[in-house]
Amino acid sequence: MSAVVIEAKGLTRAFGAFVAVDRISFDVRAGEVFGFLGANGAGKTTAIRMLIGLLSPSSGTARVAGHDVGTESEAVKRRIGYMSQRFSLYEDLTPRENIRLYGGIYGLSGPQIRERTGQVLTRLGLEAVADQRVQRLPLGWRQKLAFSVALVHQPQIVFLDEPTSGVDPITRRQFWELIYEAAAGGTTVFVTTHYMDEAEYCDRVSIMVAGRIDAIGTPGELKQQFGAPSIDDVFVQLARPAASSGGQAHAAAAPPGGPS
Amino acid sequence: MTALIGLLRKEWFHILRDRRTLAVLLGLPAIQVVLFGYAIRTDVNDVRLGIVDPSPDHATLALRDRFAASGVFRIVATVPRLADLDALFQTGDVQQAVVFEPGFASRLAGSTPASLLVLSDATEPNTGSLLQAYALSVVEQYQRDLSPPMSSVRVQGRAWRADRPAVIVPQTRMRFNPTRESSNLFVPGLMAFVLTIISSLMTAISLTREKETGTMETLLVSPLRPWAIIVGKVAPYLVVGFASVVGVLVEARLVFGVPLRGSVLLLLGEGALYILVSLALGILVSASTSSQRVAMVVALLGTMLPNVLLSGFVFPVESMPAPLQVIANVVPGRWFVLIARGIMLKGIGLEYLWRETLILAAMAAVLLVASTRSFKERLV
Repeated sequence: MSAVVIEAKGLTRAFGAFVAVDRISFDVRAGEVFGFLGANGAGKTTAIRMLIGLLSPSSGTARVAGHDVGTESEAVKRRIGYMSQRFSLYEDLTPRENIRLYGGIYGLSGPQIRERTGQVLTRLGLEAVADQRVQRLPLGWRQKLAFSVALVHQPQIVFLDEPTSGVDPITRRQFWELIYEAAAGGTTVFVTTHYMDEAEYCDRVSIMVAGRIDAIGTPGELKQQFGAPSIDDVFVQLARPAASSGGQAHAAAAPPGGPS
Repeated sequence: MTALIGLLRKEWFHILRDRRTLAVLLGLPAIQVVLFGYAIRTDVNDVRLGIVDPSPDHATLALRDRFAASGVFRIVATVPRLADLDALFQTGDVQQAVVFEPGFASRLAGSTPASLLVLSDATEPNTGSLLQAYALSVVEQYQRDLSPPMSSVRVQGRAWRADRPAVIVPQTRMRFNPTRESSNLFVPGLMAFVLTIISSLMTAISLTREKETGTMETLLVSPLRPWAIIVGKVAPYLVVGFASVVGVLVEARLVFGVPLRGSVLLLLGEGALYILVSLALGILVSASTSSQRVAMVVALLGTMLPNVLLSGFVFPVESMPAPLQVIANVVPGRWFVLIARGIMLKGIGLEYLWRETLILAAMAAVLLVASTRSFKERLV
């Protein structure tokens, strides 16, 4: 069995009296594609921000790539890649310049940068537009480029925060091919999404509800455990009680399609 | 280090590729120099002078001739009472009046000093003070000619004793705007204004733009230290700010002959200090907002407006109500304008300006610490 690269133990973050992330514990193994699911406001973003060193935990610990996120965040940052929910390339720079910028930020040498720039452009088929400003490229291309840029320093782990929101289905499929390619190359992929069909593409998923991880396992295990035909249904079963805690009427009125 | 260089290069690309903003940054100051330069005309000629002479005598006539012959003044009215000039002052047909007291010549010859009032239209303060200076110099010259340092001379049959110089006591008064700032030259203030726009406003906008597009988050997740991110973001604007200031100075010199009497190096050094203060303010503004529009409004209201209104650039601080004077003390531009005026117009150095410099340095230190902290706080 491969090594644990993300290890959270009782990870907690409170903002005043509000506990956004409540004692979550989980492991992610090297080379896994780990789906981190949850409704909006469930605490996904807060959890991710702690794992990538943007936010320090109130209590509990997490080790990422062998380093403590609270005390060794610099070491963690060097070993991870991150692609935020919002598109994170500079639109007034060209693809080549974006790759060069991030390569430099992560301490790659000049020759390394040139070599990887060539690789990325070839793999994505972007040679023809390598010197056009990113803002002129279609969204799907930009998304794929952003992913490749997040991987340019060959991190052990890449964190993707809702990478496919607002992208058409074909581009989504292509994007997942890139994710698999990265995973096959040994990069661990930690991905949040609210597309439940994408959860099925993951090796393992966790489902977060109201700050806690209520379920964790392979998609097959979860479906079996909850007796549900799809992850979508598992999700609805978990999310319903939380949503109805505010009032019984709300749960009754919830549409059968589940949360969007 | 290479990471920082990459960051700096990227920021240059942002600046150079945003042609419109760059044009504004460099063109606006150039245009402002011209606008302010012509609005505040420093050359006076063809001054419309009114004479109030209740009892013309040889001395008043001689002085009137001096005014007429100076090449600067044109006597448009000669009246016996000041009240007769009021209407002309109102319409602007008269810009300045010289008012003699009755019996001017006999007082001049006697033991009591003769007095004379120079009344200037100070609607436009700089012109007002210039007019006044010109008129006084004419009176001064006349007085000096009357009492040569050597032996006594005879003027109009009367004996003048060399040991008692002729005394004319000129009084001056400004009409319409009595509290003009005499050294209110525009270039020092304009420099503060330009630096505020580029440093505070552009920094705030460029930082919030990265927040808006999400690239700031990506930078924060990278191993870059917060200070490196800040330096990478703001250093290019420091360069643009400097270029703009040098442009303003050169243009002011070439087109309007505005003097730079003190040390250029000191002025640029103080400029750099002021840029630091403004950059820190821009960073603080960006820390408190996450949209470019809000950042722009906050930067405009919070940094530019005070720097225009309270720095003494447009309105002299001394004539403000006491509470505003107190507030003006915390406006960085006020100190920079004082410093820049001292260096440019008075030619004084650090030995006179150390206090203002220290205040600016303290502001820079406090604001830089606060802005770096505000930036880091987002990480905790």
